[in-house]
Amino acid sequence: MTREEIVKQVNALLAEEFEVDAATFTPDANVKETLNLDSLSLVDLVALVQQTYKVKIPASDLRGIQTFDNLYDYIASHLPQA
Amino acid sequence: MEQRVVITGMGIWSCLGTTPDEVRDSLYTGRSGIVFSPERKEAGFRSALCADIPHPDLKPYIPRGPRQFMPEEAGYAYMATRQALENARLDADYIAGHEVGLVYGNDSVAEATMRALDKFREFHDTAACGSGAIFQSMNSTVTMNLACLFKLRGINLTASAACASGSHAIGLSYLLIRNGLQDCIVCGGAQEANMYSVAAFDGIQSFSVREDEPTKASRPFDRDRDGLVPGGGAATLVVESHEHAVKRGAPILAEIVGWGFSGNGDHISTPNIDGPARSLELCLRHAGLRPEEIGYINAHATSTRIGDAREAQAIARLFGGLQTPVTSTKSQTGHEMWMAGASEIIYSILMMKNGFIAGSLNFETPDEDTAGINVLPERRETHFDTFLSNSFGFGGTNSTLIIKNL
Repeated sequence: MTREEIVKQVNALLAEEFEVDAATFTPDANVKETLNLDSLSLVDLVALVQQTYKVKIPASDLRGIQTFDNLYDYIASHLPQA
Repeated sequence: MEQRVVITGMGIWSCLGTTPDEVRDSLYTGRSGIVFSPERKEAGFRSALCADIPHPDLKPYIPRGPRQFMPEEAGYAYMATRQALENARLDADYIAGHEVGLVYGNDSVAEATMRALDKFREFHDTAACGSGAIFQSMNSTVTMNLACLFKLRGINLTASAACASGSHAIGLSYLLIRNGLQDCIVCGGAQEANMYSVAAFDGIQSFSVREDEPTKASRPFDRDRDGLVPGGGAATLVVESHEHAVKRGAPILAEIVGWGFSGNGDHISTPNIDGPARSLELCLRHAGLRPEEIGYINAHATSTRIGDAREAQAIARLFGGLQTPVTSTKSQTGHEMWMAGASEIIYSILMMKNGFIAGSLNFETPDEDTAGINVLPERRETHFDTFLSNSFGFGGTNSTLIIKNL
């Protein structure tokens, strides 16, 4: 999966799951603020990534994911090898 | 001083309609809400009969965040409660300035619990359950969601009493108001309608297998009954002290004049006669009414062989010889279980207000037990001012309410 494909798919998934317009997902935008995530709904982001990509985001890594770019990069670098 | 307790609002989400007017029309025309579900058959159900309940679209009313906390039945309860509050003319401003309570019947959240735990087991990670799973999978999910969504600040309590849950919720609300502990309570019952919630129930062969004639399957008191049909949805009532209702200019629909209850202390699934009879007796005594003052009995009768027979005998013990009309609206709705005790109060009030008693569908031939009561097979145009409604549940929990027209 290319990074471009990941970006496209992640944006579509996030827009549907969190009911936010994907046009607001700029690479430098803050994920939590853009998706209106609180401490509870942040769990849904972790679950969505895990269920879609089989990528588990431990709490220690989650703190490092601030922007959409951070999220795309994290998924791209942790995707299980086929 | 004891308070009189009145009903000022009703809301319903059921297989007979999603507004009181739609439900009234379905009751009047004798429309059955029962269908055959190919999905259930495919999944392995012995009986694939069930009630056909529309799924509400909550998106226009509730943002994504709080919606994650709501299982199916909380959605039904939300829609029913919106209507009930509107009908009772209880708006957000009034609720913000007054302590309004919430007592609701619910006794399972099978699908939500199953889906969350399936994800946990698949991914070996508790976070996979998602943010809403804990709130969705608790038995008190309906009251926790409704209290937060409608900003209710009075008592917040779930009544779990099997198929008598909704009736007990109303009874408890009645007592709290009667004793002056609350002025106004939102109460009712909700029932999930997904197949997972009743798979184990199907497994103990409790359901009718008359799959070739879905609308004839639920036949309370009839000689050829062969089991119940599972239903669901939600029903909400707004109850308050008469004084409170008058003071705020609320539309007063009816008065709760008695609550009776009892336990069988017997078999977990097979009811007896003595327990239900004591519930009826206590309710009448509590209301200060004689059996001849009851104009209509809305029976619990679910269309099971033993349950209907025992209830008929309990009714006959107190009403024998009086010819009081008896029907079971479950002939149209199937068994709405945790919701039934509340929905059947609404069905009966709609009939009382509109001058008719809906016929008990499919009651064609009585058996030796059910012949002792006056089951109406067809609609009767009639006036009645007081009715009694029974709800009984697994474990031998019985609840009876008496409602008077105002």
